[in-house]
Amino acid sequence: MLFDASTLDTARFIARQLANGALVTLEITFFAQVVVVVMSFVIALMRLSPWRALRWIATVYVEILRGISALVLLFYLFFILPLFGITLAPMTTGILGLGLTFSAYGSEIVRSALSNVARGQRDAIKALDFDAITAFRRIILPQALPFMLPPMGNQLVELLKTTSLVSLITLSDLTFSGGQLITTLGQQTLIWSIVLVCYFVMAWPLSWLVKRYERRVTHWRRGVAP
Amino acid sequence: MNFDYAFAWSIVPDLFQGLLVTLQVVILGFLLAVLLGLLLAIAQRSKNALVQRLSYGYLSFFRHTPLMVQLYVLFFALPLAGLTLPAISTGVIGLGLYYAAYIAEAFRGAIEGVPAGQWEAARALDFDNATTWRRIVLPQALKPMLPVLGNYLIGMFKETPLLAVITIPELFQAAKQIAGMTYRYNEPYTVMALMFLAISVPTSLLFKYFERRSHV
Repeated sequence: MLFDASTLDTARFIARQLANGALVTLEITFFAQVVVVVMSFVIALMRLSPWRALRWIATVYVEILRGISALVLLFYLFFILPLFGITLAPMTTGILGLGLTFSAYGSEIVRSALSNVARGQRDAIKALDFDAITAFRRIILPQALPFMLPPMGNQLVELLKTTSLVSLITLSDLTFSGGQLITTLGQQTLIWSIVLVCYFVMAWPLSWLVKRYERRVTHWRRGVAP
Repeated sequence: MNFDYAFAWSIVPDLFQGLLVTLQVVILGFLLAVLLGLLLAIAQRSKNALVQRLSYGYLSFFRHTPLMVQLYVLFFALPLAGLTLPAISTGVIGLGLYYAAYIAEAFRGAIEGVPAGQWEAARALDFDNATTWRRIVLPQALKPMLPVLGNYLIGMFKETPLLAVITIPELFQAAKQIAGMTYRYNEPYTVMALMFLAISVPTSLLFKYFERRSHV
Protein backbone atom coordinates (compact mmCIF):
# COMPACT_ATOMS: atom_id res chain seq x y z
CA MET A 1 0.00 0.00 0.00
CA LEU A 2 1.26 3.38 -0.98
CA PHE A 3 0.01 5.40 1.98
CA ASP A 4 -0.11 3.96 5.46
CA ALA A 5 -2.45 5.21 8.15
CA SER A 6 0.03 7.56 9.81
CA THR A 7 0.84 9.32 6.52
CA LEU A 8 -2.86 9.85 5.93
CA ASP A 9 -3.26 11.19 9.45
CA THR A 10 -0.41 13.63 8.91
CA ALA A 11 -1.91 14.73 5.61
CA ARG A 12 -5.26 15.27 7.28
CA PHE A 13 -3.59 17.24 10.06
CA ILE A 14 -1.77 19.45 7.54
CA ALA A 15 -4.95 20.02 5.55
CA ARG A 16 -6.94 20.98 8.66
CA GLN A 17 -4.30 23.41 9.91
CA LEU A 18 -3.91 25.07 6.53
CA ALA A 19 -7.68 25.28 6.01
CA ASN A 20 -8.03 27.09 9.34
CA GLY A 21 -5.26 29.46 8.32
CA ALA A 22 -6.80 30.03 4.90
CA LEU A 23 -10.09 31.01 6.56
CA VAL A 24 -8.32 33.62 8.68
CA THR A 25 -6.55 34.89 5.54
CA LEU A 26 -9.87 35.26 3.72
CA GLU A 27 -11.44 36.95 6.74
CA ILE A 28 -8.64 39.53 6.98
CA THR A 29 -8.75 40.08 3.21
CA PHE A 30 -12.50 40.71 3.34
CA PHE A 31 -12.46 43.21 6.21
CA ALA A 32 -9.34 44.98 4.94
CA GLN A 33 -11.02 45.33 1.54
CA VAL A 34 -14.00 46.99 3.25
CA VAL A 35 -11.59 49.51 4.81
CA VAL A 36 -9.90 49.96 1.42
CA VAL A 37 -13.16 50.70 -0.41
CA VAL A 38 -14.45 53.16 2.20
CA MET A 39 -11.15 55.01 2.64
CA SER A 40 -10.44 55.05 -1.11
CA PHE A 41 -13.69 56.88 -1.77
CA VAL A 42 -13.21 59.26 1.15
CA ILE A 43 -9.68 60.17 0.10
CA ALA A 44 -10.50 60.36 -3.61
CA LEU A 45 -13.43 62.70 -2.94
CA MET A 46 -11.20 64.80 -0.68
CA ARG A 47 -8.62 65.06 -3.46
CA LEU A 48 -11.31 66.18 -5.90
CA SER A 49 -12.93 68.62 -3.46
CA PRO A 50 -12.86 72.36 -4.05
CA TRP A 51 -11.31 73.08 -0.63
CA ARG A 52 -7.55 73.28 -0.69
CA ALA A 53 -7.09 72.09 2.92
CA LEU A 54 -8.95 68.83 2.24
CA ARG A 55 -7.00 68.25 -0.96
CA TRP A 56 -3.76 68.84 0.88
CA ILE A 57 -4.58 66.44 3.73
CA ALA A 58 -5.54 63.75 1.24
CA THR A 59 -2.32 64.20 -0.74
CA VAL A 60 -0.20 63.89 2.40
CA TYR A 61 -2.15 60.77 3.41
CA VAL A 62 -1.52 59.13 0.05
CA GLU A 63 2.15 60.08 -0.19
CA ILE A 64 2.99 58.92 3.34
CA LEU A 65 1.17 55.61 3.10
CA ARG A 66 2.67 54.91 -0.30
CA GLY A 67 6.12 55.86 0.97
CA ILE A 68 6.26 53.43 3.89
CA SER A 69 5.56 49.77 3.29
CA ALA A 70 2.68 47.73 4.66
CA LEU A 71 4.97 45.78 6.97
CA VAL A 72 6.45 48.92 8.49
CA LEU A 73 2.96 50.31 9.10
CA LEU A 74 1.83 47.02 10.66
CA PHE A 75 4.79 47.01 13.05
CA TYR A 76 4.22 50.65 13.84
CA LEU A 77 0.60 49.99 14.74
CA PHE A 78 1.43 46.81 16.62
CA PHE A 79 4.43 47.90 18.68
CA ILE A 80 4.31 51.67 18.92
CA LEU A 81 0.64 52.56 19.38
CA PRO A 82 0.53 50.58 22.66
CA LEU A 83 3.28 52.86 23.96
CA PHE A 84 0.88 55.76 23.50
CA GLY A 85 -1.79 53.86 25.42
CA ILE A 86 -3.69 52.61 22.35
CA THR A 87 -3.77 48.83 22.22
CA LEU A 88 -5.45 47.20 19.25
CA ALA A 89 -6.15 43.50 18.90
CA PRO A 90 -3.81 41.84 16.36
CA MET A 91 -6.78 41.26 14.05
CA THR A 92 -7.75 44.94 14.13
CA THR A 93 -4.12 45.95 13.63
CA GLY A 94 -3.83 43.68 10.59
CA ILE A 95 -7.06 44.89 9.03
CA LEU A 96 -6.28 48.56 9.67
CA GLY A 97 -2.65 48.35 8.59
CA LEU A 98 -3.38 46.59 5.31
CA GLY A 99 -6.59 48.54 4.72
CA LEU A 100 -4.90 51.92 5.14
CA THR A 101 -1.87 51.01 3.01
CA PHE A 102 -3.99 49.73 0.14
CA SER A 103 -6.46 52.62 0.39
CA ALA A 104 -3.64 54.98 -0.60
CA TYR A 105 -3.32 53.10 -3.90
CA GLY A 106 -7.07 52.55 -4.15
CA SER A 107 -7.86 56.24 -3.81
CA GLU A 108 -5.77 56.90 -6.93
CA ILE A 109 -7.81 54.31 -8.83
CA VAL A 110 -11.08 55.85 -7.66
CA ARG A 111 -9.89 59.36 -8.35
CA SER A 112 -8.79 58.67 -11.91
CA ALA A 113 -12.00 56.74 -12.66
CA LEU A 114 -14.14 59.57 -11.29
CA SER A 115 -12.27 62.25 -13.20
CA ASN A 116 -12.52 60.09 -16.33
CA VAL A 117 -16.26 60.74 -16.54
CA ALA A 118 -16.77 63.07 -19.47
CA ARG A 119 -16.85 66.81 -18.91
CA GLY A 120 -20.24 67.08 -20.66
CA GLN A 121 -21.82 64.85 -18.03
CA ARG A 122 -20.81 67.30 -15.31
CA ASP A 123 -22.19 70.22 -17.30
CA ALA A 124 -25.43 68.33 -17.83
CA ILE A 125 -25.70 67.65 -14.09
CA LYS A 126 -25.40 71.36 -13.42
CA ALA A 127 -27.84 72.24 -16.20
CA LEU A 128 -30.43 69.79 -14.86
CA ASP A 129 -29.88 71.07 -11.31
CA PHE A 130 -29.17 67.69 -9.70
CA ASP A 131 -28.05 67.89 -6.10
CA ALA A 132 -24.53 66.64 -5.46
CA ILE A 133 -25.49 63.31 -3.87
CA THR A 134 -28.00 62.29 -6.54
CA ALA A 135 -25.60 63.34 -9.27
CA PHE A 136 -22.82 61.25 -7.77
CA ARG A 137 -25.03 58.22 -7.17
CA ARG A 138 -26.99 58.23 -10.42
CA ILE A 139 -24.70 59.85 -13.00
CA ILE A 140 -21.02 59.86 -12.03
CA LEU A 141 -20.61 56.58 -10.15
CA PRO A 142 -22.38 54.27 -12.66
CA GLN A 143 -20.12 55.60 -15.41
CA ALA A 144 -16.96 55.46 -13.34
CA LEU A 145 -17.51 51.95 -12.00
CA PRO A 146 -16.45 49.99 -15.11
CA PHE A 147 -13.14 51.88 -15.06
CA MET A 148 -12.73 51.33 -11.36
CA LEU A 149 -13.55 47.67 -10.87
CA PRO A 150 -10.78 45.93 -12.87
CA PRO A 151 -7.88 47.74 -11.18
CA MET A 152 -9.67 47.41 -7.84
CA GLY A 153 -9.96 43.68 -8.46
CA ASN A 154 -6.28 43.37 -9.28
CA GLN A 155 -5.55 45.27 -6.11
CA LEU A 156 -7.70 42.80 -4.19
CA VAL A 157 -5.45 40.01 -5.47
CA GLU A 158 -2.43 41.95 -4.23
CA LEU A 159 -4.17 42.46 -0.88
CA LEU A 160 -4.84 38.75 -0.56
CA LYS A 161 -1.15 38.04 -1.12
CA THR A 162 -0.02 40.78 1.21
CA THR A 163 -2.11 39.41 4.09
CA SER A 164 0.74 36.93 4.54
CA LEU A 165 2.49 39.78 6.39
CA VAL A 166 0.07 39.57 9.31
CA SER A 167 1.68 36.26 10.28
CA LEU A 168 4.54 38.42 11.59
CA ILE A 169 2.23 40.17 14.07
CA THR A 170 1.11 36.82 15.54
CA LEU A 171 -2.13 36.42 13.56
CA SER A 172 -2.73 32.78 12.69
CA ASP A 173 -3.31 33.16 8.95
CA LEU A 174 -2.27 30.72 6.23
CA THR A 175 1.43 31.64 6.39
CA PHE A 176 1.42 31.45 10.20
CA SER A 177 -0.19 27.98 10.06
CA GLY A 178 2.54 26.94 7.65
CA GLY A 179 5.17 28.11 10.13
CA GLN A 180 3.48 26.26 12.95
CA LEU A 181 3.29 23.05 10.97
CA ILE A 182 7.01 23.33 10.35
CA THR A 183 7.77 23.65 14.06
CA THR A 184 5.86 20.40 14.65
CA LEU A 185 6.67 18.43 11.48
CA GLY A 186 9.82 19.91 9.95
CA GLN A 187 9.71 19.44 6.13
CA GLN A 188 10.19 23.16 5.43
CA THR A 189 10.36 22.98 1.64
CA LEU A 190 7.34 20.71 1.32
CA ILE A 191 5.10 22.70 3.68
CA TRP A 192 6.04 26.09 2.27
CA SER A 193 5.42 24.78 -1.25
CA ILE A 194 1.95 23.58 -0.20
CA VAL A 195 1.29 27.02 1.30
CA LEU A 196 2.34 28.64 -1.99
CA VAL A 197 -0.10 26.45 -3.88
CA CYS A 198 -2.87 27.35 -1.40
CA TYR A 199 -2.33 31.06 -2.07
CA PHE A 200 -2.30 30.42 -5.80
CA VAL A 201 -5.57 28.50 -5.60
CA MET A 202 -7.19 31.42 -3.76
CA ALA A 203 -5.74 34.24 -5.85
CA TRP A 204 -5.90 32.85 -9.36
CA PRO A 205 -9.70 32.47 -9.67
CA LEU A 206 -10.07 36.02 -8.39
CA SER A 207 -7.84 37.41 -11.07
CA TRP A 208 -9.56 35.23 -13.68
CA LEU A 209 -12.89 36.83 -12.72
CA VAL A 210 -11.36 40.29 -12.99
CA LYS A 211 -10.00 39.52 -16.45
CA ARG A 212 -13.39 38.21 -17.58
CA TYR A 213 -15.19 41.28 -16.29
CA GLU A 214 -12.63 43.56 -17.90
CA ARG A 215 -13.05 41.83 -21.25
CA ARG A 216 -16.82 42.23 -20.97
CA VAL A 217 -16.82 45.93 -20.17
CA THR A 218 -14.14 46.85 -22.69
CA HIS A 219 -15.17 44.80 -25.70
CA TRP A 220 -17.02 47.77 -27.22
CA ARG A 221 -13.83 49.81 -27.04
CA ARG A 222 -11.85 47.21 -28.95
CA GLY A 223 -14.66 46.75 -31.45
CA VAL A 224 -14.82 42.94 -31.19
CA ALA A 225 -17.39 40.54 -29.86
CA PRO A 226 -17.00 39.65 -26.16
CA MET B 1 6.32 57.71 26.35
CA ASN B 2 8.50 60.35 24.82
CA PHE B 3 10.85 60.33 21.89
CA ASP B 4 14.50 60.35 22.97
CA TYR B 5 16.38 62.32 20.32
CA ALA B 6 19.84 61.45 21.68
CA PHE B 7 19.04 57.73 21.55
CA ALA B 8 17.49 58.08 18.11
CA TRP B 9 20.66 59.79 16.88
CA SER B 10 22.88 57.10 18.43
CA ILE B 11 21.20 54.29 16.50
CA VAL B 12 21.43 56.03 13.11
CA PRO B 13 24.82 54.43 12.18
CA ASP B 14 23.50 50.91 12.86
CA LEU B 15 20.37 51.53 10.85
CA PHE B 16 22.43 53.09 8.08
CA GLN B 17 24.40 49.83 7.77
CA GLY B 18 21.07 48.08 7.32
CA LEU B 19 20.01 50.63 4.74
CA LEU B 20 23.16 49.93 2.71
CA VAL B 21 22.40 46.19 2.66
CA THR B 22 18.82 46.99 1.63
CA LEU B 23 19.99 49.17 -1.26
CA GLN B 24 22.48 46.54 -2.39
CA VAL B 25 19.82 43.81 -2.47
CA VAL B 26 17.32 46.08 -4.23
CA ILE B 27 19.72 47.16 -6.96
CA LEU B 28 21.00 43.64 -7.71
CA GLY B 29 17.48 42.21 -7.49
CA PHE B 30 16.20 44.90 -9.82
CA LEU B 31 18.86 44.14 -12.43
CA LEU B 32 18.00 40.44 -12.26
CA ALA B 33 14.28 41.23 -12.51
CA VAL B 34 14.72 43.47 -15.56
CA LEU B 35 16.86 40.91 -17.38
CA LEU B 36 14.62 37.97 -16.57
CA GLY B 37 11.50 40.04 -17.22
CA LEU B 38 12.79 40.91 -20.68
CA LEU B 39 13.54 37.25 -21.43
CA LEU B 40 10.07 36.23 -20.24
CA ALA B 41 8.43 38.92 -22.35
CA ILE B 42 10.33 37.76 -25.44
CA ALA B 43 9.47 34.13 -24.60
CA GLN B 44 5.78 35.11 -24.54
CA ARG B 45 6.05 36.09 -28.19
CA SER B 46 7.88 32.92 -29.14
CA LYS B 47 6.33 30.75 -31.83
CA ASN B 48 7.17 27.68 -29.80
CA ALA B 49 3.99 26.79 -27.88
CA LEU B 50 5.89 25.10 -25.05
CA VAL B 51 8.09 28.15 -24.40
CA GLN B 52 4.98 30.34 -24.45
CA ARG B 53 3.13 28.06 -22.01
CA LEU B 54 6.06 27.87 -19.63
CA SER B 55 6.54 31.61 -19.48
CA TYR B 56 2.81 32.12 -19.00
CA GLY B 57 2.80 29.59 -16.19
CA TYR B 58 5.77 31.31 -14.57
CA LEU B 59 4.05 34.68 -14.72
CA SER B 60 0.77 33.53 -13.27
CA PHE B 61 2.34 31.47 -10.51
CA PHE B 62 4.70 34.18 -9.31
CA ARG B 63 2.04 36.87 -9.54
CA HIS B 64 -0.52 34.95 -7.51
CA THR B 65 1.58 33.91 -4.52
CA PRO B 66 3.05 36.06 -1.74
CA LEU B 67 6.69 37.05 -1.96
CA MET B 68 7.23 36.15 1.68
CA VAL B 69 6.28 32.51 1.19
CA GLN B 70 8.33 32.38 -2.02
CA LEU B 71 11.31 33.56 0.01
CA TYR B 72 10.71 30.84 2.60
CA VAL B 73 10.62 28.18 -0.11
CA LEU B 74 13.80 29.48 -1.76
CA PHE B 75 15.55 29.76 1.57
CA PHE B 76 14.93 26.11 2.36
CA ALA B 77 14.80 24.62 -1.14
CA LEU B 78 18.05 26.02 -2.55
CA PRO B 79 20.24 24.16 0.01
CA LEU B 80 18.29 20.96 -0.75
CA ALA B 81 19.16 21.46 -4.41
CA GLY B 82 22.81 21.61 -3.38
CA LEU B 83 23.07 25.40 -3.64
CA THR B 84 24.19 26.89 -0.36
CA LEU B 85 24.16 30.63 -0.87
CA PRO B 86 24.46 33.42 1.66
CA ALA B 87 21.08 34.82 2.72
CA ILE B 88 21.67 38.03 0.76
CA SER B 89 21.98 36.15 -2.54
CA THR B 90 18.78 34.26 -1.74
CA GLY B 91 17.14 37.63 -1.19
CA VAL B 92 18.40 38.96 -4.51
CA ILE B 93 17.17 35.83 -6.32
CA GLY B 94 13.81 35.95 -4.53
CA LEU B 95 13.16 39.60 -5.30
CA GLY B 96 14.42 39.15 -8.85
CA LEU B 97 12.21 36.12 -9.61
CA TYR B 98 9.12 37.77 -8.11
CA TYR B 99 9.48 41.16 -9.78
CA ALA B 100 10.50 39.62 -13.10
CA ALA B 101 6.91 38.38 -13.40
CA TYR B 102 5.58 41.93 -13.02
CA ILE B 103 8.22 43.57 -15.19
CA ALA B 104 7.67 40.96 -17.93
CA GLU B 105 4.03 42.00 -18.09
CA ALA B 106 5.06 45.64 -18.46
CA PHE B 107 7.60 44.73 -21.15
CA ARG B 108 4.95 42.74 -22.99
CA GLY B 109 2.70 45.80 -23.10
CA ALA B 110 5.54 48.02 -24.28
CA ILE B 111 6.58 45.53 -26.98
CA GLU B 112 3.00 45.27 -28.19
CA GLY B 113 2.99 49.06 -28.38
CA VAL B 114 5.66 48.99 -31.11
CA PRO B 115 3.71 49.44 -34.38
CA ALA B 116 3.38 46.36 -36.57
CA GLY B 117 4.86 48.35 -39.47
CA GLN B 118 8.23 48.31 -37.70
CA TRP B 119 8.25 44.50 -37.70
CA GLU B 120 7.22 44.41 -41.33
CA ALA B 121 9.86 46.94 -42.32
CA ALA B 122 12.53 44.94 -40.49
CA ARG B 123 11.45 41.84 -42.37
CA ALA B 124 11.33 43.70 -45.69
CA LEU B 125 14.90 44.86 -45.08
CA ASP B 126 15.86 41.26 -44.36
CA PHE B 127 17.05 41.81 -40.81
CA ASP B 128 17.47 38.59 -38.89
CA ASN B 129 15.43 37.98 -35.76
CA ALA B 130 18.07 38.99 -33.22
CA THR B 131 18.90 42.23 -35.02
CA THR B 132 15.22 43.12 -35.31
CA TRP B 133 14.80 42.74 -31.56
CA ARG B 134 18.03 44.47 -30.63
CA ARG B 135 18.06 47.38 -33.06
CA ILE B 136 14.42 48.00 -33.95
CA VAL B 137 11.92 46.74 -31.39
CA LEU B 138 13.61 47.02 -28.00
CA PRO B 139 14.92 50.59 -28.37
CA GLN B 140 11.38 51.74 -29.15
CA ALA B 141 9.78 49.62 -26.45
CA LEU B 142 12.18 50.64 -23.71
CA LYS B 143 11.56 54.37 -23.76
CA PRO B 144 7.99 54.33 -22.43
CA MET B 145 9.11 51.64 -19.94
CA LEU B 146 11.26 54.00 -17.90
CA PRO B 147 8.57 55.38 -15.55
CA VAL B 148 7.09 51.90 -15.14
CA LEU B 149 10.47 50.48 -14.17
CA GLY B 150 10.87 53.36 -11.74
CA ASN B 151 7.64 52.43 -10.01
CA TYR B 152 8.77 48.82 -9.70
CA LEU B 153 12.12 49.91 -8.31
CA ILE B 154 10.37 51.88 -5.56
CA GLY B 155 7.93 49.02 -5.02
CA MET B 156 10.84 46.62 -4.56
CA PHE B 157 12.50 48.93 -2.11
CA LYS B 158 9.38 48.95 -0.01
CA GLU B 159 9.12 45.15 -0.07
CA THR B 160 12.62 44.70 1.36
CA PRO B 161 11.50 44.54 5.02
CA LEU B 162 10.30 41.05 4.06
CA LEU B 163 13.89 39.98 3.59
CA ALA B 164 14.26 40.13 7.37
CA VAL B 165 12.28 36.87 7.57
CA ILE B 166 15.14 35.04 5.87
CA THR B 167 17.69 36.60 8.25
CA ILE B 168 19.14 39.22 5.89
CA PRO B 169 20.56 42.05 8.02
CA GLU B 170 18.74 44.81 6.14
CA LEU B 171 17.19 48.00 7.52
CA PHE B 172 14.11 46.42 9.05
CA GLN B 173 16.11 43.65 10.68
CA ALA B 174 18.52 46.24 12.10
CA ALA B 175 15.62 48.20 13.61
CA LYS B 176 14.06 45.03 15.01
CA GLN B 177 17.35 44.01 16.61
CA ILE B 178 17.85 47.39 18.25
CA ALA B 179 14.26 47.30 19.49
CA GLY B 180 14.79 43.80 20.85
CA MET B 181 18.00 44.68 22.65
CA THR B 182 16.97 47.99 24.18
CA TYR B 183 13.22 47.43 24.59
CA ARG B 184 12.70 50.80 22.93
CA TYR B 185 10.42 50.49 19.94
CA ASN B 186 9.52 54.07 19.19
CA GLU B 187 12.91 55.39 18.06
CA PRO B 188 14.21 52.51 15.88
CA TYR B 189 10.95 52.07 13.97
CA THR B 190 10.45 55.80 13.56
CA VAL B 191 14.00 56.37 12.28
CA MET B 192 13.52 53.36 9.98
CA ALA B 193 10.25 54.75 8.59
CA LEU B 194 11.95 58.12 8.02
CA MET B 195 14.81 56.40 6.18
CA PHE B 196 12.31 54.61 3.95
CA LEU B 197 10.60 57.90 3.18
CA ALA B 198 13.95 59.62 2.64
CA ILE B 199 14.76 57.17 -0.16
CA SER B 200 11.40 56.46 -1.70
CA VAL B 201 9.94 59.97 -1.91
CA PRO B 202 12.93 61.54 -3.76
CA THR B 203 13.18 58.51 -6.08
CA SER B 204 9.49 58.80 -6.91
CA LEU B 205 9.87 62.56 -7.56
CA LEU B 206 12.90 61.88 -9.78
CA PHE B 207 11.01 59.39 -11.93
CA LYS B 208 8.02 61.75 -12.12
CA TYR B 209 10.42 64.39 -13.42
CA PHE B 210 11.82 61.98 -16.05
CA GLU B 211 8.30 61.07 -17.09
CA ARG B 212 7.25 64.70 -17.48
CA ARG B 213 10.38 65.47 -19.48
CA SER B 214 9.92 62.55 -21.85
CA HIS B 215 6.34 63.63 -22.57
CA VAL B 216 7.32 67.16 -23.60
